[in-house]
Amino acid sequence: MRQIAIYGKGGIGKSTTTQNTVAGLASIGKKVMIVGCDPKADSTRLILHAKAQNTVMDLVRELGTVEDLELEEVMKVGYGNVKCVESGGPEPGVGCAGRGVITAINFLEENGAYTPDLDFVFYDVLGDVVCGGFAMPIREGKAEEIYIVCSGEMMAMYAANNIAKGILKYASSGKVRLGGLICNSRNTDREDELIMALAARLGTQMIHFVPRDNQVQRAELRRMTVIEYSPEHKQANEYRTLAQKIADNKMLVVPTPLEMEELEDLLMEFGIMEVDDEENVGKAEGAA
Amino acid sequence: MSENIRKIEGITKESTEALIAETLSVYPEKAKKKRAPHIGANDQGSGSACVKSNKKTVPGVMSARGCAYAGAKGVVWGPIRDMVHVSHGPVGCGWYSWGTRRNMVSGIVGVTSFPMQFTSDFQEKDIVYGGDKKLKTLLEEAHDLFPLAKGISVLSECPVGLIGDDINSVAKTSAKELDLPIIPCNCEGFRGVSQSLGHHISNDTIRDYIIGTREYAEPESPYDIALIGEYNIGGDAWSTKPLLEECGFNVKAVWTGDGELEKIAATHTVKLNVIHCYRSMNYMCKVMEEKFGIPWIELNFFGPTKIRESLRKLAALFDDTIKEKVEAVIAKYDPIMQEVIERYKPRLDGKKVMLLVGGLRPRHTIGAYEDLGMDCIGSGYEFAHTDDYDRTAPEMPDATVVYDDPSEYEFEKFADALKPDLIGSGIKEKYVFQKMGIPFRQMHSWDYSGPYHGYKGFEVFARDVDMAINSPTWKLVQSPF
Repeated sequence: MRQIAIYGKGGIGKSTTTQNTVAGLASIGKKVMIVGCDPKADSTRLILHAKAQNTVMDLVRELGTVEDLELEEVMKVGYGNVKCVESGGPEPGVGCAGRGVITAINFLEENGAYTPDLDFVFYDVLGDVVCGGFAMPIREGKAEEIYIVCSGEMMAMYAANNIAKGILKYASSGKVRLGGLICNSRNTDREDELIMALAARLGTQMIHFVPRDNQVQRAELRRMTVIEYSPEHKQANEYRTLAQKIADNKMLVVPTPLEMEELEDLLMEFGIMEVDDEENVGKAEGAA
Repeated sequence: MSENIRKIEGITKESTEALIAETLSVYPEKAKKKRAPHIGANDQGSGSACVKSNKKTVPGVMSARGCAYAGAKGVVWGPIRDMVHVSHGPVGCGWYSWGTRRNMVSGIVGVTSFPMQFTSDFQEKDIVYGGDKKLKTLLEEAHDLFPLAKGISVLSECPVGLIGDDINSVAKTSAKELDLPIIPCNCEGFRGVSQSLGHHISNDTIRDYIIGTREYAEPESPYDIALIGEYNIGGDAWSTKPLLEECGFNVKAVWTGDGELEKIAATHTVKLNVIHCYRSMNYMCKVMEEKFGIPWIELNFFGPTKIRESLRKLAALFDDTIKEKVEAVIAKYDPIMQEVIERYKPRLDGKKVMLLVGGLRPRHTIGAYEDLGMDCIGSGYEFAHTDDYDRTAPEMPDATVVYDDPSEYEFEKFADALKPDLIGSGIKEKYVFQKMGIPFRQMHSWDYSGPYHGYKGFEVFARDVDMAINSPTWKLVQSPF
């Protein structure tokens, strides 16, 4: 069983990419479980055709204690026999979402959710590794393989680099490795070259370039993955290719994150950041 | 069967049920509905639980329960004397759980026993930046200061689980670097409904990190046993272990009272596990049975009647050598016990006791009270499960009240109605009942006394019960209640 965690900047398309990739794996006969690790609980809706499934924490809140929870109540089976679980958690601004992830994963382990017939477990983790709870999926004995979803936009690359720093910390004490960057295209200039260059600097690869296509949104409106909604469409092929590349991937590395200056140099090289005179820093438009 | 049903004068199923209904009547509808299944009249003949248990305490009522950390620190891990036990988190949990359980230890402090308070003393910065580096430093320092400690347990307090520190990974790295067993125990207080989950989590860590990692130096013998769920409260193990040895057994390890890590780690080679506190350690007995094929037996060392029964039950599993020794031991102690009974029974005969303790003693001590001529008219647990209540039913007189995780109000109400001559419970209950003019003994810590286990313990127990009930002080108390 390979356990894989998907990280990336908020809004970059982690959940969409994860579900489409998982659907791709399911379509080539792989047994997969998705564990949504985000209180928004939108990691499984395209597989289940549901608005939101009952989350582990929702039911814990209802029952008062996690000990009374049964696995069947929180594990649903969707497209391609993909098993789906959402950790859930509080609305923004209250409580502790990170603990929700820990509670949910502990619950799944103790209740035998990780059955030996599974080929893959995917953790779809909220934006950034903001506390220990969101690092739970990459603790020892859990996911050993991470993919970062990014695009050619500056902030997405910053986030990718920061996540690589986090992986480096965990990689030094454990087995977790970076498997590659997934470029979820925003149609920026020379995007594929840029992400390949960033990947090279991080010591990894751009495992796949997923072009932008509105077919993804059309499928989402019906709460479906492209693979299920229009299996013949060229975008479905992209996800199947990504799925196959992940299935075949042997390139698992300890990343070499960039210093801020190096990252900025790279962005300048590709014209994402403009070269400006250091002496103009801090001066207003009219004054410079 | 019917001859075995014990009745208490004035207590019937109807009277007990009326008392329960009256007690519940003051609750709001929702609380009443939740509490009702947790209180019942004992059906002695049924041999099964009359109440629901191991559920979350009803909000708004005062519970006597502890937390998962308490179960790990106070009960299972804490008593192992040759280890350093680290309370990982802010200072309070470690401080207030320091030595309060009265699990006594032998050895030389700092050399073969380490009954000190070790804590990582979390500050704001440790919450914000994480406590993993601090923990690593602490483990190194503890090992430097006490190189003879056989291992270190890391017992998580609540905040560690909230910020998601990976103590398991720190423990693993440090264990390798220091060449020392370091056991991470994720026993954050907010986990589970009571301290019971802390026992379970701790048992699991013994399973995952300890059992099977050592061997005894001496060759195996057919009389090798381990004493499980004996925590040496007030020196209990120093009464039960010699007693079992006198019967011809080699007690290879005691779990975990005055315990030694390496002896516990080698327990997988014994021939039989003798379990006293079923609630807190049945898990490991079952693990050792499944994994190593070691059978286990539940015994009761409170009061001469139960001790006699227990020793014979134990002897029945062994050869004639043991059987003869056990009979000789019983013959030796019976007259001594008879003398104790003759001394105290006339002063205690017909007195009534109500109990509320953790997960074992409310059923296990009933026989000892009965040896002194006393009746148990109410019994309940803080954190017992259904299997404990099943075991309680045949011990309790018929139709007496059984209460699970009772609130202060319920317990006081029952005491007020049933007028016991003694209440056995904990420090949180003690002064309430003493102010009501009811004699009281702390039955978690043996009230600064002990041991109460074994033949040696019964004499102390009888003296203490007499002292509590027949103290002339009570004649001077004018209770307004």
